[in-house]
Amino acid sequence: MADEREPTVIVDDAHITYRVQQSGSASSPLAGFKRIVTGAKPTILREVHAIKGVSFVAYKGEAIGLIGTNGSGKSTLLRAIAGLLPVEKGAIFASGQPSLLGVNAALMNDLPGERNVVLGCLAMGMSPAEVKPMVKEIIDFSGINERGDFSSLPMRTYSSGMAARLRFAISAAKKHDVLLIDEALATGDAKFRKRSEQRVRDLRAEAGTVFLVSHSEQSIRDTCERSVWLESGLIRADGPTDEVMKEYEAFVKK
Amino acid sequence: MSQTAVADSDTGLPLRELARRHGLGVAGRLPTLPEYTGKLWAYRHFIAYYANAKVTSSLGKTRLGSLWQVLTPLINAAVYYVIFGKILDTSRGIPNFVAYLCTGVFIFGFTQSVVQSGIQAISGNLGLIRALHFPRAALPLALTMVEVRNMFASIIVLMAIVLGFGEPLTLEWLLVVPIFLLQSIFNAGLAMAAARLGSKVADFKQLVPFIMRFWLYGSAVLYPVTKFQSALQDHPIALKIVEANPLLVFIDLMRHALLEEVPLASTPWLLWAEAIGWTLFVGIGGYIYFWRGEKGYGRG
Repeated sequence: MADEREPTVIVDDAHITYRVQQSGSASSPLAGFKRIVTGAKPTILREVHAIKGVSFVAYKGEAIGLIGTNGSGKSTLLRAIAGLLPVEKGAIFASGQPSLLGVNAALMNDLPGERNVVLGCLAMGMSPAEVKPMVKEIIDFSGINERGDFSSLPMRTYSSGMAARLRFAISAAKKHDVLLIDEALATGDAKFRKRSEQRVRDLRAEAGTVFLVSHSEQSIRDTCERSVWLESGLIRADGPTDEVMKEYEAFVKK
Repeated sequence: MSQTAVADSDTGLPLRELARRHGLGVAGRLPTLPEYTGKLWAYRHFIAYYANAKVTSSLGKTRLGSLWQVLTPLINAAVYYVIFGKILDTSRGIPNFVAYLCTGVFIFGFTQSVVQSGIQAISGNLGLIRALHFPRAALPLALTMVEVRNMFASIIVLMAIVLGFGEPLTLEWLLVVPIFLLQSIFNAGLAMAAARLGSKVADFKQLVPFIMRFWLYGSAVLYPVTKFQSALQDHPIALKIVEANPLLVFIDLMRHALLEEVPLASTPWLLWAEAIGWTLFVGIGGYIYFWRGEKGYGRG
């Protein structure tokens, strides 16, 4: 019955628009003045309608894969569910605070890895007492110290893989009700990937609902029983992963 | 099958109703002001650590490191000493002009640097904002903390300069503490307001240098306050407006506390009342203004 399936995320006809301020190529002071006088809409302010009315319900215990070609709005949708991007129209409802597990969490490049770990944990809302015992664990998990003491060096000295691993390790250190994963599994070398996949499985076991954005069909098939296929901001298909994947593959091959 | 029904197929309820029934909150909803304040308080450690990290990382690549926190105000004062104290040798009717000047420059510089960094608090941290949840007011507040720390060093330097130019150490120096506190709260409000403005209209950043320059000349930093009184003799209302300028008030109060003989814009009691009024108005007003925009900061 309906009461057994408890919804955790409800997306109700959501629209998301990015406003992009461009430095116009043919813009001169005179053109700018003319624009103000005539009241014309600035040509350099462009709107990108990234999500054009998406609706679905996610239930407790589900793992949902989001698939689609580049620029189809997958990451944008995740950010909106996390409440990090405002919706233009419609609404997104969620139980608790969904957390985005991304590799994009910007940290401070001039600071050593250790201090970035503390900063990241505090930014996720942990208390200093909670953070203290976590630091070593996070650094060990990220494996940045495998080649000497890198955790005390500034992050700008890290290779891109090392930095990405550290970011993933930081954001995976917290438990979540609704977990949103954006390409995080594609980070690092094979050894680290194995470890991070295990961590995601653990997090999944504790989280109510998991969303996964990935271009790797294998990782979607492995983790998600349900998939949503987004194409230019609209849902093309929503259903069991096998069926949606089949349609998606047929579409991509065209 | 390629489409699932938009409404929940099991119950046929509209989605909005379904969300309400299961008690789901709207993602990215604007929290109430008390909720927001509570959240911000919970993030106080983040604010402090972020401010600390910002100082370290900004000085991290320099050789002298944190010595710059003291060197910057010293060099600043030296410039004014060379120009006004040695070359021009102006006193303009003020007994201790160099000390008078330095006080004005330092107090004004505090607010100026807070506004300058506040304007970029949101637009310069979009990566952080789009990746993590935290009350966004933490960013302008942390940047204010950075400047408060720098100002702390500056005030020590300022005191040394004032003493060095022959002012006596009196009990009135204790007033520096409440003045510093009031100005810090005033600046925090200003930083939050600037952060929201800067996130909405990027053009605003281009105007800030001119606004600050105008404010500098309106705050009697480089010349005595009495100059306004003689220049605006016939315009009492304009004079009132100029003398209500919050920075002029803070500078006057600080000069009154540190120096023996200074011309003031008005009586100390009136100045204190004005300072407290401005602090409450800008501090609370800036906070509310920033909070009202909380939902939109990820966009851009």
